[in-house]
Amino acid sequence: MASASTYTPIATQTLATGASSVTFSSIPQTYTDLVISMNVAGTNTSYTGITIQAGNGSVLTSGYSQTALSGSGSAASSSRITSNANWNLNRVSGFSSDQFGAYIVNIMNYSNTSTYKTMLERTNITTGAGAGVEAIVGLLQSGSAINIITLSVSGMNFASGSTFTLYGIASA
Amino acid sequence: MSLIPGVIASGISGHLGGNYYSIATQTLGSATSTITFSSIPSTYTHLQLRGIWQNTTSGNGYAAMTFNGVTTGNLYSGHVLYGNGSSAGSNTADGQNANLFFVGSSAQTSSMMTAGIIDILDYTNTNKNKTVKILYGYDTNGGTYTQELGLASGLFMSTNAISSLTLSLTQGTNFAQYSSFALYGVK
Repeated sequence: MASASTYTPIATQTLATGASSVTFSSIPQTYTDLVISMNVAGTNTSYTGITIQAGNGSVLTSGYSQTALSGSGSAASSSRITSNANWNLNRVSGFSSDQFGAYIVNIMNYSNTSTYKTMLERTNITTGAGAGVEAIVGLLQSGSAINIITLSVSGMNFASGSTFTLYGIASA
Repeated sequence: MSLIPGVIASGISGHLGGNYYSIATQTLGSATSTITFSSIPSTYTHLQLRGIWQNTTSGNGYAAMTFNGVTTGNLYSGHVLYGNGSSAGSNTADGQNANLFFVGSSAQTSSMMTAGIIDILDYTNTNKNKTVKILYGYDTNGGTYTQELGLASGLFMSTNAISSLTLSLTQGTNFAQYSSFALYGVK
């Protein structure tokens, strides 16, 4: 069997000031899966979650759906969003410097043009109003390879100090 | 202010410590009943299997994962915490002849694939039974066949080092074309 080192950082952004969105563009097509690692907080209490849009050349604004499994510390629940304009990481992190949430987003076989795209995500937030854990599977009904991804929040900013790193995993 | 903070692919900065290695990949050009990774090198600490898959039958089902060709003796057990879009639940399956995990139906549409990330911990350690951690999911945009997101654990009650891994379907059908499994080693 071949053996090659992979799990390669493609790009990283640490916010020095608040920003409402972060875009990874011109994503190379040389990997099998993409992983986005985020440690983020919002800037006010209107934080309603992080949205993700992906596409080829420009982000798609339709064709997204998702199923979520969430634990709040007192109960487990599951929810679904269909025919949406984005994926929504709906468990929110906090609003101050000690309430950053951890999000790991896996976009599987992102350059595959034979299938729709499937996303697997895990959220861990230990403090603040949104404390809890969540996992999400997302479907993007597009057969195009993904080369652009935008993460955004609505009506506010990602807080200063939020970090976003895009990794590529290449299979043999 | 609409800020796009210059995060572009030209920022490639090298490898993540060289701790994660591709071992082998199998992408199906046609439907296949069994997928085996054999002669897995023993030079890593953990294995990770990442993939997308689907069965060829009309209905959701389960894939069976076995190690070292062991399919008897009821040596496999597992638990799952799952969500189907309306409720959360949990199941257990003790004393099985394989670790089981979810496979979505190709009857929904041939392009909707189940995705999964499977970690096999300390696979060469001969002092431990082997444990498995699985994150899997399948979404159909509210379609006929059940969407499911799950966190699963698996146990293989063997202290032998794992040198091969086999995937099959409990319904006796095939993994669909374009199903793809990639095996990685983590140092």
